[in-house]
Amino acid sequence: MSQQTKKGHFPWKHIIGFLISIALTLVAFATALWTDWSSSTIFIIILIFAVIQAALQLVMFMHMTEGEDGGLISGNTLFGFFIAVVIIVGTYWLMTSGHMHMSM
Amino acid sequence: MDLKWNEFIITGDPLILGAQISILLGSIAVVAALTYFKKWTWLWKEWLTSVDHKKLGIMYILSALLMLFRGGIDGLMIRTQLAKPGMEFLDPQHYNEVFSTHGVIMILFMAMPFLIGLINYIVPLQIGARDVAFPYLNNLSFWTFFVGMALFNISFIIGGSPDAGWTAYTPLATNEFSPGPGQNYYLLAIQIAGIGTLMTGINFFVTILKMRTKGMTLMKMSMFTWTTLITMLIIIFAFPVLTVALALQTFDRLFGSVIFTLQGDGNPMLWVNLFWVWGHPEVYIVILPAFGIFSEIISTFARKQLFAYKAMVVSIVTISVLSFLVWVHHFFTMGNSAEANSFFSITTMAISIPTGVKIFNWLFTMYRGRISFTTPMLWALAFIPNFVIGGVTGVMLAMAAADYQYHNTYFLVSHFHYVLISGTVFACFAGLIYWYPKMFGHKLNEKIGKWAFWIFIIGFNVCFFPQYFLGLDGMPRRISTYTEADGWTGLNFISTIGAFMMGLAFLIFVVNIVYSWRFSPREKTGDAWGLGRNLEWATSSSIPPHYNFAVLPEVTGLDPYWDMKEKGLDQQKNVDYKPIHMPNNAATPIIMSVIMGAAAFGLVFHWYWIGIVGGIGIFITMIARSFDYNDGYYVSVEEIKETEAKANK
Ligand code: HEM
Ligand SMILES: [Cu+2]
Repeated sequence: MSQQTKKGHFPWKHIIGFLISIALTLVAFATALWTDWSSSTIFIIILIFAVIQAALQLVMFMHMTEGEDGGLISGNTLFGFFIAVVIIVGTYWLMTSGHMHMSM
Repeated sequence: MDLKWNEFIITGDPLILGAQISILLGSIAVVAALTYFKKWTWLWKEWLTSVDHKKLGIMYILSALLMLFRGGIDGLMIRTQLAKPGMEFLDPQHYNEVFSTHGVIMILFMAMPFLIGLINYIVPLQIGARDVAFPYLNNLSFWTFFVGMALFNISFIIGGSPDAGWTAYTPLATNEFSPGPGQNYYLLAIQIAGIGTLMTGINFFVTILKMRTKGMTLMKMSMFTWTTLITMLIIIFAFPVLTVALALQTFDRLFGSVIFTLQGDGNPMLWVNLFWVWGHPEVYIVILPAFGIFSEIISTFARKQLFAYKAMVVSIVTISVLSFLVWVHHFFTMGNSAEANSFFSITTMAISIPTGVKIFNWLFTMYRGRISFTTPMLWALAFIPNFVIGGVTGVMLAMAAADYQYHNTYFLVSHFHYVLISGTVFACFAGLIYWYPKMFGHKLNEKIGKWAFWIFIIGFNVCFFPQYFLGLDGMPRRISTYTEADGWTGLNFISTIGAFMMGLAFLIFVVNIVYSWRFSPREKTGDAWGLGRNLEWATSSSIPPHYNFAVLPEVTGLDPYWDMKEKGLDQQKNVDYKPIHMPNNAATPIIMSVIMGAAAFGLVFHWYWIGIVGGIGIFITMIARSFDYNDGYYVSVEEIKETEAKANK
């Protein structure tokens, strides 16, 4: 645990994280309610905000990067994220391009 | 499923009848022997419920050898059928079943457990630990693997084997084209074994990261430990894909969903894609530990530190990333866009760079070394040129345009046997012989070992080298016969001769195990070859005591045991012993796994109630486990003193 969480210190990190989270939620909410963009655009925007917020929570609230294993845990999480993106994007690309799109 | 009794038990084939009788007689003999010698409790307490990584390692290796035998018989049956045009040894259906089980068994139930067995035995010793991070899980991993293996193997006597290839491509593998239980066996058996592998992945990843002895930083780990770490990382990210893909196909077959089917919105190509998303990393899972084993052996018997250790580490880490970026090279011909094929063609060629780096590192390690030509070293030396042949032809296959010519021919079959056999199988033999004194307290006979070695590598090349030319002559893989007019007769016949030579070499290897057990001199020290460099050789006795190290060793650099010998200190002789905490045996894993196997067996035949009862059973064993507060015991100082005194006699 780092210094901030010791007694007597004001938990700035949590407050800031909390505020950003609320802001992200509101923006996502606004995009869905008050814009007339196509639903796929809205979907992608919300998705991006969701990913940012998930990362924020892991770092700000769950202290993923702190402690002796911080680097390790963050590294592995990033690697996992990378693999997931590769698999999803790769699969989507393959299944929708070339001759393949004809059979879909 | 409405099955008649004679469809349930396979009848009417003399080969299978022979197998059924020998299995029956074999099981009766084992049960009778155990009962006669009153060994049941011994078996249960010392082995089946043991959480000792060393015993689990040995059990993995024994199972793998058994599977090498079974898969090898499959291979010989394939080769017999193909020896001449128009052979009637196997009918086409039986042929399909044999090559499908051959592939699955060799990769998942031979190569994987063999390597995991060696890893289990050696890696905790090399990092100076007393056990793995999760000993209970280790036992559970073994049993899920074992039950998956057993389930897969009974398919050929009960209900019929899968026949859609080890790749089980849809739509061929859907209910429409593969009715019957065979493909269900494939899905459920691999699912169960796969869960075990995933747990092994997590277990050893954590073990290596958290349980290294004092002073052993990441960059002071042995190369085998490094390759294991990266292999486990790949397992953690690749196996979930297999789990999901298998589950989806299981849904299609058992519950009528339409994910990979031709009906509805199903897309059969998605299976091919998902299979290889796992399948290519899997190839690296079985080759990286092999690289590690060769690194150990080469540096030991060249009496030199591994050349360019850092470059080695960088190249395996690079491989771990790249191995996830190349999977499409297995289906260039499926009709992807030109951009996609080009992209994956380039990533595939890129992966040969770090592999090439490693080859040079091994060569430079041997350069100016004083090389002892022991059997493990011979296997390691043979690996290099043979693997290069496999690698070079791999690069030829990687060119998407050229692959339209090679794909699905014997050229491909030859390629993957060159990499898998001269990589993984040679490493399994080499590693087993190298670490044999560590496991059993005596070496394997070198003379017999060299006979086995020469016959095997000659047979291997005689078997598979001609297959490159068969492929170039247009012989497709997975055909059960051909005609004289095809012009493939001569090369096929030669290939079959080579296959039987490998079979002979395997028999000699087994004879060597028995011979050496009777006649080899017993080792007196922990350093059987006298040249050991890493901590597995630093134990006080030739077979390590169950707690491995009475005093945990301290490490200051690479090749720590070599260092200690140079400085003339033996840390194990330190007299200041403390009680050692060790984990307890566990009975739930075997029970849980057997229930899993029974449930899966029910599902294979669509007997859903067995699946449901089994599911409840699994849940109950899990609850039982979570109320198990027993967290190990202490080995007393007296016991340690006694054991160490015996060892240091
Ligand atoms: C005794 C030594 C062996 C012989 C004689 C042998 C022979 C063969 C033959 C002839 C085939 C082609 C079958 C066909 O498509 O018509 C084949 C396929 C295959 N072999 Fe081997 N093999 C041997 C050892 C191994 C080993 C050690 C491994 C793996 C570590 C292995 C993995 C495979 C795989 C994955 C396939 C593809 C199966 C499929 O396409 O369904 N083989 N083998
Ligand atoms: Cu591949």
